[in-house]
Amino acid sequence: MARVTIENVKKYFGNVKALDGVDLTIEEGSFVVLLGPSGCGKTTLMRCISGLEKLTEGKIYFDDRDVSNVPPKDRNVAMVFQSYAVWPHMKVRDNIAYPLKLKKVPKNEIEERVKWVSELLHISELLERFPAQLSGGQRQRVAVARAIVHQPKVLLMDEPLSNLDALLRVKMRSELKKLHERVKVTTIYVTHDQTEAMTMGDKIAVMNAGKIVQFGTPEEIYKKPKTIFVAGFVGSPQMNFLRMKVVSFGTQFHAESFGLRIPLKADPGLEHVIVGIRPEHIHLQRTERCASVTGTVYFAEKLMSETVIHLSIDVEKNLVIKVPHDLSVREGEKMQVYLDLNQIHLFDPDTQERIEL
Amino acid sequence: MKNFFYVLAFVAISLWFLGPLFFIFLASLTPSSDFYQWDRIFPTRLTFDHIYKLLVNLGGWRAMLSSIQVAGIAIGISFALGIPAGYAITRYRFRGKDFIKLVMLFTRSIPLVVIAVSLVTLYLRLNLADTVLGVGLAHAAMVLPFVVLITSSIFSGVFVEYEEAGMVFGLSRFGAFLRITMPLALPGLAASAIFAFIMSWNEVFAASVLAITNRTLPAHILNTAMASPDYFKFAAGTIMAVPALVFIFIIRKYLISMWGISLK
Repeated sequence: MARVTIENVKKYFGNVKALDGVDLTIEEGSFVVLLGPSGCGKTTLMRCISGLEKLTEGKIYFDDRDVSNVPPKDRNVAMVFQSYAVWPHMKVRDNIAYPLKLKKVPKNEIEERVKWVSELLHISELLERFPAQLSGGQRQRVAVARAIVHQPKVLLMDEPLSNLDALLRVKMRSELKKLHERVKVTTIYVTHDQTEAMTMGDKIAVMNAGKIVQFGTPEEIYKKPKTIFVAGFVGSPQMNFLRMKVVSFGTQFHAESFGLRIPLKADPGLEHVIVGIRPEHIHLQRTERCASVTGTVYFAEKLMSETVIHLSIDVEKNLVIKVPHDLSVREGEKMQVYLDLNQIHLFDPDTQERIEL
Repeated sequence: MKNFFYVLAFVAISLWFLGPLFFIFLASLTPSSDFYQWDRIFPTRLTFDHIYKLLVNLGGWRAMLSSIQVAGIAIGISFALGIPAGYAITRYRFRGKDFIKLVMLFTRSIPLVVIAVSLVTLYLRLNLADTVLGVGLAHAAMVLPFVVLITSSIFSGVFVEYEEAGMVFGLSRFGAFLRITMPLALPGLAASAIFAFIMSWNEVFAASVLAITNRTLPAHILNTAMASPDYFKFAAGTIMAVPALVFIFIIRKYLISMWGISLK
């Protein structure tokens, strides 16, 4: 186990800046998720940590050891690849034992460790098979077993669940999390799936365009997104963003537009603000502190346990509302909804950053 | 109905290719007395006389041995150079890669006849003329572009993640190549070795020009059997064709993947 410190890491592929100055400290034994859209640099960052990519600039430390120029084999890391990369010419047993063999672990200890890890991952009965005889889910378990068997300092996982079917993915999600609680290895997990990130990560690093835009607990990311990008990327359906005009009545400030008036606690010092509100924080009944708006139902998605309503409040603006139960609405129907003012996020339209008032 | 045409096409194509082969094999086994009987297509009995004479009395064995040595040298040299080159073309991005691939094919556009004279002169100076090594070197040069292109397509069939996993779990880059990539590429590489063998085995021009006493089988046959009765020519054809056919049959599974085409 090790603490991983990443200092001003840059990685360029020709003129493409895959990583553009990343700073990150990952505590020993924690489970950190790198979350972001495809092309944001999350996989590149992971490959830099593994040593498979050389840094253009910056430093990476495992505890106090500078590993920036250490080849992958000497970093004592392990990786679960998206394609699993279980070696097809070796039996499952040899796949798992190979990292130990390379470390010259004594034979009887190899046997013990393979036994331990295969029981941990429920693959004991697969040890004599070749990877071609395994299902996707089984191959994934083998890949995880191979990764943790030599007790690496850092475990890297590159979208390990993306090739599994939906049911298995949910199951493996909780299993991987439980596994981490048992082996407590510092884990860095790359995904573009926010559900995986929110449920698995002790901390999440949200990445965009080669930079980390926010690093925090899932709760912080959800409740206090630092930028419009983070606010829009996390949460489903996506947060509503309303560009509203700031008006003042004496010492009172409001954001107004779309027939909606939202009181502001102080003067934001801007002409416009972007008001963000999540679909689950818009209700059909009046709550204690709320602002109301009327619109016509444009479209309603019924998901049985919940209903997602797209409410047209302006020619070009739909408000998305999530109601946690089955609801019958007709398209074209007029509807009044209430925005929970305790759950409002404010952003600066120019810097895209969060405003705290 | 569709099946019928399928079978018809299959039979027609098979006859087209196998018909001549059959008659070559048959003629090579026909006793000389039957051979010149024009009213007789199928001989009264079969004999290995011609093949035996060709191999033993006319020095065929020796030539065959030379052929195998030449092919061995050609494969050794072309693989020693071609495997790293093929690997580099698949795995690395570098300036001028496409140009290099194109230039390698260009070497095939220059007929050997054109460079033969200068090559012989050079060989005479280097004391390589009329040696097995000399012919082997020429053949190595001939098959090298193919080996590079074929091995690069074989290596591209081995996922780079397998190698990367090897490196993460404790192998150096070269170690990962040796322990992970090579075993996975081995069947394909063996197939391309056989392919290179056949190219060298069938090559006749360079072998005739560059060597006189140490001739390879096709060059030797061109020299001796072609001046002999017709059934010897057929016997020579049989000796030439059989190894090639057998080897192609062994590697038929890999022939397609060698050229980077995948059929599913």
